[in-house]
Amino acid sequence: MQLTVWTYEGPPHVGAMRVVTGMEGLHYVLHAPQGDTYADLLFTMIERRDRRPPVTYTTFSARDLGGDTAELFKTAAQNAYDRFKPQTMLVGASCTGSLIQDDPGGLARALHLPIPVVAVDLPAYQRKENWGAAETFYQLVRALAGPSAPAPGTSRPERAAGVPARCNLLGPTALGFRHRDDIVEITSLLTKLGIDVNVTAPMGASPADIARLGEADFNVVLYPEIAGQAASWLQRTFGQPFTKIVPIGVSATREFVAEVAKLAGVDASATLASACTRLPWYSRSVDSTYLTGKRVFIFGDATHAVAAARIASDELGFKVVGLGTYSREFGREIRDAAKRYDVEPLITDDYLEVEAKVAELQPELVLGTQMERHIAKRLGVPCAVISAPVHVQDFPARYAPQMGFEGANVIFDTWVHPLMMGLEEHLLAMFKDDFEFKDGAVPSHLGAGHSTPVADGPVQAPPNASNIAVVWAVDAEKELYKIPFFVRGKARRNTERFANENGVATITIETLYYAKAHYAR
Amino acid sequence: MNVHVQDCPVAADVAPKPVRRESGQREVFCGLTGIVWLHRKIQDAFFLVVGSRTCAHLIQSAAGVMIFAEPRFATAIMEEKDLAGLTDANDELDRIVAQLIARRPDIRLLFLVGSCPSEVIKLDLSRAALRLSQKFSPAVRILNYSGSGIETTFTQGEDACLASLVPAAPPTRTSEDQLLIVGSLADVVEDQFIRLFDALGIGRVQFLPPRKASALPAIGPNTRFLLAQPFLADTARALEDRGAVRLAAPFPLGVEGTTAWLRAAADASGVAPALFEAVTQPHRVRAERALLRYRDHLGGRRIFLFPDSQLEIPLARFLSRELSMQLVEVGTPYLHREHLAEELRLLPDDVVLSEGQDVDLQLDRCRMARPDLVVCGLGLANPLEAEGMTTKWSIELVFTPIQGYEQAADLAELFARPLVRRAKLVA
Repeated sequence: MQLTVWTYEGPPHVGAMRVVTGMEGLHYVLHAPQGDTYADLLFTMIERRDRRPPVTYTTFSARDLGGDTAELFKTAAQNAYDRFKPQTMLVGASCTGSLIQDDPGGLARALHLPIPVVAVDLPAYQRKENWGAAETFYQLVRALAGPSAPAPGTSRPERAAGVPARCNLLGPTALGFRHRDDIVEITSLLTKLGIDVNVTAPMGASPADIARLGEADFNVVLYPEIAGQAASWLQRTFGQPFTKIVPIGVSATREFVAEVAKLAGVDASATLASACTRLPWYSRSVDSTYLTGKRVFIFGDATHAVAAARIASDELGFKVVGLGTYSREFGREIRDAAKRYDVEPLITDDYLEVEAKVAELQPELVLGTQMERHIAKRLGVPCAVISAPVHVQDFPARYAPQMGFEGANVIFDTWVHPLMMGLEEHLLAMFKDDFEFKDGAVPSHLGAGHSTPVADGPVQAPPNASNIAVVWAVDAEKELYKIPFFVRGKARRNTERFANENGVATITIETLYYAKAHYAR
Repeated sequence: MNVHVQDCPVAADVAPKPVRRESGQREVFCGLTGIVWLHRKIQDAFFLVVGSRTCAHLIQSAAGVMIFAEPRFATAIMEEKDLAGLTDANDELDRIVAQLIARRPDIRLLFLVGSCPSEVIKLDLSRAALRLSQKFSPAVRILNYSGSGIETTFTQGEDACLASLVPAAPPTRTSEDQLLIVGSLADVVEDQFIRLFDALGIGRVQFLPPRKASALPAIGPNTRFLLAQPFLADTARALEDRGAVRLAAPFPLGVEGTTAWLRAAADASGVAPALFEAVTQPHRVRAERALLRYRDHLGGRRIFLFPDSQLEIPLARFLSRELSMQLVEVGTPYLHREHLAEELRLLPDDVVLSEGQDVDLQLDRCRMARPDLVVCGLGLANPLEAEGMTTKWSIELVFTPIQGYEQAADLAELFARPLVRRAKLVA
């Protein structure tokens, strides 16, 4: 068992629901107990969809367990077919459904429905949401595009001269973080390059669309967590190469454009020259100088975390002090990136471990998921959201991509917003006793009502923090409070570490300044 | 204005109203959802769900929009090795509870909450609770109940939780009669009822659940209890097992319901009718006046209620009798005929009641009837709005102060608001 306060991912059947709900003409029959229909709310409330997800649940209850739950499943599947007349049906079980071992795949086949039935086996006690989405998408692609695959060993026919290159956009699903606008942004970027989009999938695609995935020249993988497995299979089966660079951030987008142009055999120089992004200038303008070396902790799915680290370090001038992901399948990517910023990679789906790490590192900004907002609130650290899981406020009405050149603009605004603005930061460091602009108060541009408790001092000592208890002299403690609050935690930690390493039992003002000189950044 | 105490017109026991019983896909929450409000009500309690990632995901999807510095609920997620019996589930549970209590030393009461997976594999949480209670006594008391979807629907989670509290409550010390109000109420509503009972001279009133786990009410044969919520079947039985006596009454929704509910308590305590009249009259006048403007707005409108919380029947009674709405269909996940007898008597004779659900068929009926207002869960609300129907999402009725005189108009307003909004929006 694992103690879980918050979970980064839902169970795998929610991943399957994200694929199905993103698509058209597909229906999912899920063997699940009464109550699991809560997942509908993710789509109707958090993403504000105007239709019920195309999911039929068997909603068995305790008294059904004494009877024939297999029959219940068959009835539900037959009724779902009769009512919704889908082009393809997906069948599977939720975590409790899998415990009663009714074999939805076999039962659905026994109904002899006149449409393809795809069974997905999602081990709910081992795997999680993104894996469930990736597996479901892969199984659908295999089942629907597989029949039109060329014989093994056949080479791809050359594209005729004058015909524009075509690609598929793979990965966007329902309930994806900014997937809706990322599609728009990347499609327009590809259009500028003269590349046509053959199929965008799963989002917006029908089973018939999936069947013609093989017609494209190559694949653009926007979200490797979801489309990586399907893209590899498409490469093996149809000889379609796929993109490896995810276009989040200015440099990554430029590299992505070059990569795509190469795959499509087009010239990217005009598109790159006319690229409209304000991030580089905003970040170079003197107003941003105070952002230099701001200590930032980054956590999210691997794709967004790696992209964020690169933007933070190379494009905004922050210092990455922590980098991690809950996507265990992508541990290697995170370890490679962590090496680049010389930090310990944190690969965990344990919220408490992430919390302890943030407390230990005392960053000035946390870039994370909805879960890191809880941590940041507790520790009084500014926070911006860069990755799923997210809640309703991160499915905005306005255009808000993360990808491409407009995505970089959105990212600049979003990440800088929670930080205290430059002038206020200076004045706070000089004058501490103002009745309105107090030490530790919420940045005034965030208004009232955002008031967060500022965790200062030893709220909770992570197990591997200072090993010996050192004592602070009263005047030294007072001096510590003259350091601006957002770097005070770091100063406290550094001074204690310095004292420990140098055998100082009582920290004086002198120790504080020795430590400051020692760790000068 | 013409205000008078309405006696519940008990039509000499009418034939039981016919109820359509349906089974099929049910679009309802499981009992775990109760944690979302119970953790706020009992401030020093912690809810540990023993279940799967789905259970954890459910609770955080429901509550996670609030940003918590210190949430008072968590999930012990079962893994492959727990199912395969490779680890002793009880050892695992002990380890997790110790970890939790070390992290949150302020916890006084810990609920181990059962889920579908833990029930299906028959993990005995009641024995675990007993064992752990001995280990952590007296600092922390550990109880258990099931909030699984296979056994409980939405508010039944509160029923199961309160029923687990009953055996833990101390016995009464005196032989003096005392009144117990059962069912979690908003703090402001609780305070209003305390003032009313005081004015009626009913002194010894206690509440279940209490605001602090350390303040569990005493229970004994001299306890008379009033249900404030209609979904408390098991809690009532547990109280009756300890000798307490239920006072039959409609539920305190609207002026009529509140009056009849208070009267049940007053009669049991021998309060003089004149005093009852004197105490309640100003409240009734005020509440009826506040209700008037909503009656103009809602009167004659047709309403369809999907099953959700078991509050549907008392709500339908209030909507039809005090706001003159027309009931198209009143669905309830579960109908306790005894506890709802007073309510059923007050419903119009031709009311269409349904118990259980087959959601697709029920949606067909709803679309066919094209009611003016649909009360339903969040999974159905936006899709029905997109079809051009006006909806009131039902969960809000569990999260909002709606009981008592002062909230009667607020309750009406909850139903009027979506209609006002629809009329207001031009784009």
